Amino acid sequence: MIWHTIIFWILAVLCVGCALCVVWQKNPVVSAVFLVGSFLALAGLYLNLQAPFLATIQILIYAGAIMVLFVFVMMLLDLHHPFDLYFRFTKPKLPKTIALGLFIWLLCALILAPAFPLAFPESGQSFTVAQIATLLFSKYAFPFELTSLLLLVAMVGGVVLAKKK
Amino acid sequence: MMTYIGYSHYLILSAVLFTIGVFGVLFRRNLIIIFMSIELMLNSVNLALVSISKFTQSADGQIFVFFVITVAAAEAAVGLAIVISLFRHKQTTAVDEINLMKG
Repeated sequence: MIWHTIIFWILAVLCVGCALCVVWQKNPVVSAVFLVGSFLALAGLYLNLQAPFLATIQILIYAGAIMVLFVFVMMLLDLHHPFDLYFRFTKPKLPKTIALGLFIWLLCALILAPAFPLAFPESGQSFTVAQIATLLFSKYAFPFELTSLLLLVAMVGGVVLAKKK
Repeated sequence: MMTYIGYSHYLILSAVLFTIGVFGVLFRRNLIIIFMSIELMLNSVNLALVSISKFTQSADGQIFVFFVITVAAAEAAVGLAIVISLFRHKQTTAVDEINLMKG
């Protein structure tokens, strides 16, 4: 139990720190590297929550495939424009900040309103890949097939949009 | 007590990550960094879904995360294709200079 707590705090601080660096970093490539760090910390949190399959998927697809796509596009675009224009507007920053503060306050209030049990049950077991696959191909078979259609549409759309006219 | 990590800890971490993502979308002007912030928001929702799945002791939440990751991959592919196409026309990825539809 104590290791669960220690690992949670380390990974949570790492995750939030990397996310803040993503948002504050001027160079998009450095930002992408911090985003990979944030995804790896999230994969560790999934392991902490006893979801090893999702941790694997997170590392393979997010930190692997999607971030490689991002870095590849950045390499392709050859971004050498000046980075001095940092924020979209410099003046109306305060209302947005207040709105964000209210937003996170509302979210935390909604989370803390129902009384969750204080600690995890000791007897919780993790789901095996076989259990997840059985559920995926029985109860969620139709959404799974729709996902293949979505991926096909995204692939064709990506080719059509990025093609040279 | 600091030694007990409950479901609310995970949900509040998820809320914090989501707010950081909203912050990036609102304040940054580079289109690619806005996309990365959207990915961050999707990931925070995934964390909330996984912790709820642990709370209810059912694998349905993990299936939802599976679908969210798939949709995020499709969204990244199409979005980055749009970024490439825009860059070809305007030679920039700054969102304030992309105002063709402003009327």
